[in-house]
Amino acid sequence: MNDITTYSLTEIRDLLAQGKVSAEAVTQACLTRIEATEPKLHAMLHTAAPQALEQARAMDRLGPNPKQTLWGVPLTLKDVLATADMPTTCASRILQGFRPPYDATLVARLRQAGAIFLGKTNMDEFAMGSSTENSAFGPTRNPWDLGRVPGGSSGGSAASVAARQCFGSIGTDTGGSIRQPAAFCGIVGLKPTYGRVSRFGLIAYGSSLDQAGPMTRTVADAALLLAVIAGHDPKDSTSAATPIQDWEAAATPGSLAGLRIGLPEEYWGEGLSAEVRATSERAFAMLRETGAELVPVTVPHTPYAIATYYIIAMAEASSNLARYDGVRYGYRSPHAKNLHEVFTFSRSEGFGEEVIRRILLGTYVLSAGYYDAYYKKAAQVRRRIREDFLAALDSCHLLCAPACPTVAFRLDENTADPLQMYLTDIFTVSLNLTGLPGISLPVGLGADSGMPVGIQFFGRSMDEATLLRVAATVEAARGPMPEPPL
Amino acid sequence: MPEFETVIGLEVHAQLKTESKIFCSCSTRFGEAPNTNVCPVCTGMPGSLPVLNARAVEYAVKMALAVHCQVNRRSLFARKNYFYPDLPMGYQISQYDQPLAEHGWVEIPVEEGTKRIGITRIHMENDAGKLLHSDGTWSQVDLNRAGTPLIEIVSEPDLRSAAEAVAYLKSLRAILMYLGICDGNMEEGSFRCDANVSIRPRGTTGFGTRTELKNMNSFRNVERAILAEVRRQVELVEDGEAVVQETRLFDAAKGVTRSMRGKEEAHDYRYFPDPDLVPLVLDEAQIAAWKAELPELPAQRRERFVTTLGLGAADAEVLTAEKAVADYFEAALGHGVEAKKIANWVMGDVLRELNDRGVGMEACRLSPVGLAHLVAMVEAGTINASQARAVFREVFDSGEDPRAVVERHGLAQVSDDAALEAWVREVLEANPDEVARLRAGEKKLVGFFVGQVMRRSGGKANPGKVSELVARVAGEGQP
Amino acid sequence: MRLCAADAQTIATLARLRIDEATAAHLAQQMASILDYMATLNQVDTTDVEPLYSPVEHVSVLRPDTPQVDFSREAILANAPQTDGEYFLVPRVIA
Repeated sequence: MNDITTYSLTEIRDLLAQGKVSAEAVTQACLTRIEATEPKLHAMLHTAAPQALEQARAMDRLGPNPKQTLWGVPLTLKDVLATADMPTTCASRILQGFRPPYDATLVARLRQAGAIFLGKTNMDEFAMGSSTENSAFGPTRNPWDLGRVPGGSSGGSAASVAARQCFGSIGTDTGGSIRQPAAFCGIVGLKPTYGRVSRFGLIAYGSSLDQAGPMTRTVADAALLLAVIAGHDPKDSTSAATPIQDWEAAATPGSLAGLRIGLPEEYWGEGLSAEVRATSERAFAMLRETGAELVPVTVPHTPYAIATYYIIAMAEASSNLARYDGVRYGYRSPHAKNLHEVFTFSRSEGFGEEVIRRILLGTYVLSAGYYDAYYKKAAQVRRRIREDFLAALDSCHLLCAPACPTVAFRLDENTADPLQMYLTDIFTVSLNLTGLPGISLPVGLGADSGMPVGIQFFGRSMDEATLLRVAATVEAARGPMPEPPL
Repeated sequence: MPEFETVIGLEVHAQLKTESKIFCSCSTRFGEAPNTNVCPVCTGMPGSLPVLNARAVEYAVKMALAVHCQVNRRSLFARKNYFYPDLPMGYQISQYDQPLAEHGWVEIPVEEGTKRIGITRIHMENDAGKLLHSDGTWSQVDLNRAGTPLIEIVSEPDLRSAAEAVAYLKSLRAILMYLGICDGNMEEGSFRCDANVSIRPRGTTGFGTRTELKNMNSFRNVERAILAEVRRQVELVEDGEAVVQETRLFDAAKGVTRSMRGKEEAHDYRYFPDPDLVPLVLDEAQIAAWKAELPELPAQRRERFVTTLGLGAADAEVLTAEKAVADYFEAALGHGVEAKKIANWVMGDVLRELNDRGVGMEACRLSPVGLAHLVAMVEAGTINASQARAVFREVFDSGEDPRAVVERHGLAQVSDDAALEAWVREVLEANPDEVARLRAGEKKLVGFFVGQVMRRSGGKANPGKVSELVARVAGEGQP
Repeated sequence: MRLCAADAQTIATLARLRIDEATAAHLAQQMASILDYMATLNQVDTTDVEPLYSPVEHVSVLRPDTPQVDFSREAILANAPQTDGEYFLVPRVIA
């Protein structure tokens, strides 16, 4: 028999439902894999081994439940998602040991669907980063090359899925934090439309940008997870009432005849590494062969996307992170002797360097005298960017873009200059500014580095179905990805 | 030396009487054990999100309509960022550049009649928690109050004296209480205000530098604080010094305002639209429906008291100032006593008793119908005014029927002519000399005879009637 | 743009962060270069452009005014650095 962990989520879900494999065996296989790979990867911040096994055994005693679409399927969760039975730290010292008395809505939905949680995955602190090097608890490494980063901020989730520690993970995407690490680790990452998945219990970084979504090894797996976590939540005012769709059915390869796919020229121009260009352009042929029409489009405000994104994200973050003050939960500095010191010492000792930098910049762009020039200006440009995308998506069903200018970079390669790190997000941030859905999937390995190369599709609002259909078609045309040489 | 004019604008915070908090489902009940009406949302736990309470919106809009504001069809919630241990999220969710309502007014009574005070805006926001300073080392944080819905009502700088400020506050409070959306308790903090105070030479139209006064938890303290602050500003200006724009706390014990400087750095609230909430859009039909639901408000009731009950404007003003008092008054009508008599009683004895005791209308256990009976007994001459007052004080607490009290104490005056005449004749017969002097024109002796009759009756005789009878009986047989 | 160490300190105070002298200068210089980059937005003409603060298209999300008790005091106080069992405690605030 194959190693259980080599199955896809959809496959193992079927085997579990048919009683061909026990929940305990599947869970144990993942835990064994975690034990074997963690010393090299550090994808997990918390592993709930005894808890997961106990739950699996209890489920086995009752037998498969056809009403639970994820019955017995082991998953991991990015540590930005509140879990009542596991610590939730956002990879920050300031939340070390924090156990929320509630589950995020999407976590509760996964539980109800019968998922088993193996643990919480590593990330950039408060999701601020593109490499998972900003974790207060040490970086995660890329399963394809331990000298490289897995991307970020959902780097732990991407690595854990790619390394077969689990069958899928839920990450969050504020400026590319699902799609970029998925591309770096050779897996599928879906950022749903803003409002599609409840943000209740998703610890906020940039509230108007944050969206949780699946990270999986196949497109069908992503569809399956999306179907569980999506849907209206009365606890989240920004959650959309739009009905969910049959995404599992949508995620099947087929003819793309009649589909117009736009290639934004700003994304395929300069600044793309040779191997990324060569590898991603293979997708063009695959798309044409299945009947899609590729047309050039333009989203002219793209050069301003990074500045716009960082102003808005940092502004929102500076306010979102004000609650970490050492009073009600989280770290309180032992050196604080008065109230002012409780605030300042706890925050200064509890937050990492990048978080502090973003809080300061966010505070600055909102402060008196600078609000109009930075924050308001960015919100105006944000509308321009959204208009660009809506116009492009008016003439096309979806857009196709590279996921990242390069393959996964080396650890420490971009840490000296924060701006340099921000600029690597050029292909992902616009989507969050617009709120539209996007998916990234691997198209092959770069000829120079041997590292995975991913491409993205951007879709119309609430049209995850088309994204999944096209991604599944490209996935089929591509054929199986090789295993990471871990 | 110029004479100064005071310019005051008030910022009033009123807690809305909803069942649950503005952004979460925790109860708003006052006086619960600390930190029991709390949840992840109102304690600012990570990942929690606010959802707006529909009833809070309804109440806020009703207040806006009651004070003639233009209700904005679209308003936005914004974050006001600052750090304090009673502010769990590190920001207050308020409304900033797109508030719920703007451009309203209320009328306040002034000597010359009424004066219109402009209302700049009304917006919704959440209350903070409470800090207790019980021992020397720690302050305790109770978040039960955090998230209680508030409306902030900002006035134009239209108030020209401490008395006007108090009149304005009383008007607002009355409207809130007529609407039944705020319990108006200043001591418990469900109705509170900050005052922006400045002075300028009379006759000028510019504004002087203003200070913001806080910590005034009664109408009286609002008045005292403003008077003290005006005095301070006048002295500064007369000494050639400048007023500094700052926040000042009123020290009620010393009757002075004190600078908060040093304890509070300059604020930069960094307002921006709260991305966790969506715009509040109100449709015409909903606003019209709420408008139709507005109860009779103090101004309308005042008008009705004048036109249909025939009360004077000043009396109507006094009677309608507090909804509970006006309700009490109206409930006492229709029991055979004319409105004016009931009105005099309510404005006189009832309000005096409430003031003396420092309690509200709800403390009076005498039913309005009971009051009507009491007044009816005075009108019928069954008891006299001072007896009635004594009875009132008794039944205020007991709630007993005043007729039963009069009966029990045997207070009813003897007005029966036959009984009175018998006493009068006895007294006249016993004092023939005085009768002769009376007949000779010594009218002041009537008093002497009345006194005698009163004594004989044990104080129960109706003195007015006795006086008449003395004159009549003594005059019998006279030409 | 120019952003000196003192400016960085002022912002830090507003954000309740403490940065030591040595870091302040370095941080100020980093922030200045990032803010310069952000200032490229000035190249975009945004006259009459309504700011977009959120991609949400729906409005007026309201919940019924129904009180509910879902959490015990113990659960809410459980993560607090310091409590007396009833209250969160902070060093005495000078009132």
